[in-house]
Amino acid sequence: MRSWLAQYEMRSASDLGEALDLLSRWPGEWTPFAGGTDLMVLLEAGKLPRRRFVDLWRINELRGIAASADSVRIGALATYTDLLTDPIIAAEFPLVAAAARETGAVAIQNRGTVGGNIANASPAADLPPALLVYGAALELASSRGRRHVAYESFHFGYKRMDLAADELIVGVTLPRERRAQGERGAGWQHRETYRKVGTRRAQAISKICFAASVDLDGGVVRDIRIALGSVAPTVVRARSAEESVRNQPIGSQTIAAARLALRADISPIDDIRSTADYRLRVAGNLLEELLS
Amino acid sequence: MPPVPAIGRAIPRREGVAKVTGRARYVDDLSLPGMLHGLTVRSPVPRGIIRAVHYGAGVPWDEITVVTAADIPGRNVVALILDDQPYLAADRINHAEEPILLLAHADKQLLEEARRLVTFDIEPLPAVFTLDDALSGAPIIWGENNLFKSYFVGRGDVDAAFADAPIVVEGVYETGAQEQLYIEPNGMLAVAGDASGVTVWGSMQCPYYIHKAIAGLFAMPLERIRVVQMETGGGFGGKEEYPSIIAGHAALLAWKSGRPVKMIYDRAEDMVATTKRHPSRTRHRTAVSRDGTLLGMDIDFMIDGGAYCTLSPVVLSRGTIHASGPYFCPNIRIRGRAVATNLPPHGAFRGFGAPQSIFALERHMDRVAAAIGLQPDELRRRNFIRPGQVSAVGQVMADRVDMDAILDRALDMADYHQKRTRFAAANVAAGRTRKGIGFATFMHGAGFTGSGEDHLASIVSVEATADGTVRVLSASTEIGQGTNTIFSQIAADALGVDVEAIEIAQPDTAVVPNSGPTVASRTCMVVGKLLETACRNLRAALTDSGHLASDGDLRQACRAYVRERGPLRASAHYQPNEAARWDDERYQGDAYGSYAWAAYVAEVTVDLVTFETRIDDFVAVQEVGRVIHPVLATGQIEGGVAQAIGWALYEDVVWREGRMANSQMTNYIMPTSVDLPPIRVHFEEVPYQHGPAGAKGIGELPMDGPAPAIANAIAHATGVDVRRVPFTPEMLAHLVEAAGA
Repeated sequence: MRSWLAQYEMRSASDLGEALDLLSRWPGEWTPFAGGTDLMVLLEAGKLPRRRFVDLWRINELRGIAASADSVRIGALATYTDLLTDPIIAAEFPLVAAAARETGAVAIQNRGTVGGNIANASPAADLPPALLVYGAALELASSRGRRHVAYESFHFGYKRMDLAADELIVGVTLPRERRAQGERGAGWQHRETYRKVGTRRAQAISKICFAASVDLDGGVVRDIRIALGSVAPTVVRARSAEESVRNQPIGSQTIAAARLALRADISPIDDIRSTADYRLRVAGNLLEELLS
Repeated sequence: MPPVPAIGRAIPRREGVAKVTGRARYVDDLSLPGMLHGLTVRSPVPRGIIRAVHYGAGVPWDEITVVTAADIPGRNVVALILDDQPYLAADRINHAEEPILLLAHADKQLLEEARRLVTFDIEPLPAVFTLDDALSGAPIIWGENNLFKSYFVGRGDVDAAFADAPIVVEGVYETGAQEQLYIEPNGMLAVAGDASGVTVWGSMQCPYYIHKAIAGLFAMPLERIRVVQMETGGGFGGKEEYPSIIAGHAALLAWKSGRPVKMIYDRAEDMVATTKRHPSRTRHRTAVSRDGTLLGMDIDFMIDGGAYCTLSPVVLSRGTIHASGPYFCPNIRIRGRAVATNLPPHGAFRGFGAPQSIFALERHMDRVAAAIGLQPDELRRRNFIRPGQVSAVGQVMADRVDMDAILDRALDMADYHQKRTRFAAANVAAGRTRKGIGFATFMHGAGFTGSGEDHLASIVSVEATADGTVRVLSASTEIGQGTNTIFSQIAADALGVDVEAIEIAQPDTAVVPNSGPTVASRTCMVVGKLLETACRNLRAALTDSGHLASDGDLRQACRAYVRERGPLRASAHYQPNEAARWDDERYQGDAYGSYAWAAYVAEVTVDLVTFETRIDDFVAVQEVGRVIHPVLATGQIEGGVAQAIGWALYEDVVWREGRMANSQMTNYIMPTSVDLPPIRVHFEEVPYQHGPAGAKGIGELPMDGPAPAIANAIAHATGVDVRRVPFTPEMLAHLVEAAGA
């Protein structure tokens, strides 16, 4: 352990009001600490610049996964294990379940939280691409009140996000209505894909993370949602690629157009895990595989 | 009735219960009254001159022990082959993370803050990070020409062979660095003083290497130095020479502070600062007849030694001797060079140069086969070295080697020929995956090279105890590979007792004789043989004294002897093999007492979407002499294959300005259990007359074959020519793209 613990301070909030009160009284001074699976790595390495933390772990109102007729609400403190054991997530949001299964080891899955994963804002995070595909909304709270934002517009730069210093992510809402839409003809086909490319098959940090959902009607693309991780400063929705294939018949021309359009959606770089060239090529291959 | 022989049976690991119940004591489990923690402040730059050191405010510096090069009581050199590496940089820095000063305090975390507060004024000097820059001498960073060592070995007339050759195949092959990744990082605890001398306890392979190094560091006679091995969580060569440094550092802090000092590296420090496998580059030119007979081999083998010599000449020697593989060729020329760069020194790692040169050769052999339109196995069969034939360094093969039979068995177990045909046919169809199967044939010499064992002059002792058990006294360490267990089996059978009657003494230089380092696949074959002899000598002593009848109980005899006459100890000293010849000047002769021989087959699937390679099946067939312990021996092979798969496919040291940039297990990717295939191990057992019960060396062999077998399988699957370890998805993406364009 390379940190000097005497320099660090942690307060444990017993309820949401207490946590929000601390955040609002000294904006930017106290850093929320949920499962700690990202912060503890930095502490161990002696690279944790923030010194004061508010522990959220005991705030029970931030736990739980609850379904209503038209949506599922995931509490910010829901862990990957919670996601993996929830029947509605398994049945209706398989990309979320797949992401939870591919994240870390069991110990990390028991501690890591949905809200923490989003607020840590790593472009290599495994869960956010799945949330983007399902059109997630975030619920943010502060002592000033609550507001909802579309997850797609939440991150706007590397580790930059639409979250004020006194705000906490308290929940994530996934709409169910598109799951229920029926009236599909015989030629209707629905596909969902989650691929984490991390070179080794477990305990990996993504080089590319790809999540997608596509509806085909007689071989023509109708609804399509694609999101990627580790290929831009934030996780991204591939709007250009989606647009290029919507209402187009799948085939080699469509695939070529989609691959080209994808270049406008992502901006991969060389880093210690992989190369820009590899990420671009494999992202295109994964898109091609989805549409083949 | 004599007990059932222990050799050949899978008896329980002797220290197994202590390990799984947590009773086993590792160095970090030790604590002494008044103990301080120590740490190392390292260079932030790869090369330069230290102009000033600053101790920033924020910690009580008056409470912190600080050791610099000026505090060293003896010589500031790590005693090894050459005396070029300092314990602490005095003014010159030659690699990133080089130790500059040491700190100790009772509060380990405060010490971390102190480390952050030490800053240096360093005048930077140009540094060398590549083999090419090192060879071009721009700039000269070591000696006169950046060369630690060169070898020229060979036989026949290579130039004439090439002049007449119908076919010549050339190729350049490279391998990257690899971290040993033992589960327990390096650690030492030391006490030191004028009255007490120096004692260190720690994680290590070679207690007597540390013994010698500390004596020089403190200018103290050897008898005032004591080195004790604690339970050790793996070594793989990474705890061969490096522990001399951390032991010296802990002892210097203990000396200056007057308190016991413990230094334990965390994983990040262990990865960024300690030794790794030497990167290599090998150029092959091979002259071959149209029917596949090797006519001439011209091999240029080069390794990157890093900033100091350490063990590079010896690694180079083994890599050079293994560079021509298990083949006979009348005309061979091998040039070996170990060059200096400003990377942290590379060091011992399982295989010790052989995996590097064997990768090059075995990938090249498949290319030679393709060039003349021969099946890869057929080319090998036409050239396997046979008993009585002569190796590149002039060793007449005395082993009853039968590489044909080993290869037959391996290919049969892997269903190689059927799959070779089936995969090739299936790969023609479009699809997202390609399948391939490939193999490598190779050998690994056991024990020190040439006259090395003569110079080591190892000794093993055994002593009878008052309760009738027999204690084994050797400096050979248990590092997870099974020393305690196989020594118990060898001793038990030589004495004619149950293994429970054997006790293995903790390696402690105050107690055990110098049986040499725990390296070079020598523990079983060389030290085990000495143990067998020492046990026979003990038995003979008891017989001669009249305490042991021919069918008598050895334990009773020991008890009676000790009660009546006092201590009884028997020893065995290494005796040079009079028939073996070795010329150190010309580097010619019997390079190794024996070799283990092997054929490994890998079956792979390459995903053309992600360019990831998955190994579906792995067959490892080897001849290692008599197998002492079937489970441990199989474990050695499985572990070595897994480690070599890591090197081949995953483990990529990313260097930035001479520093490892990915020194975490999250970004230095080693395979997990789900990434590994079933590893099917088969032993052919041909007893070796100079090994205990006929055993040879085994530990390093499995590191040699997997990388080329996998490369050949990938080439079979994809048609791309893989020539650099590791075969990352990024590299394969590039190669597949280039091949398609």
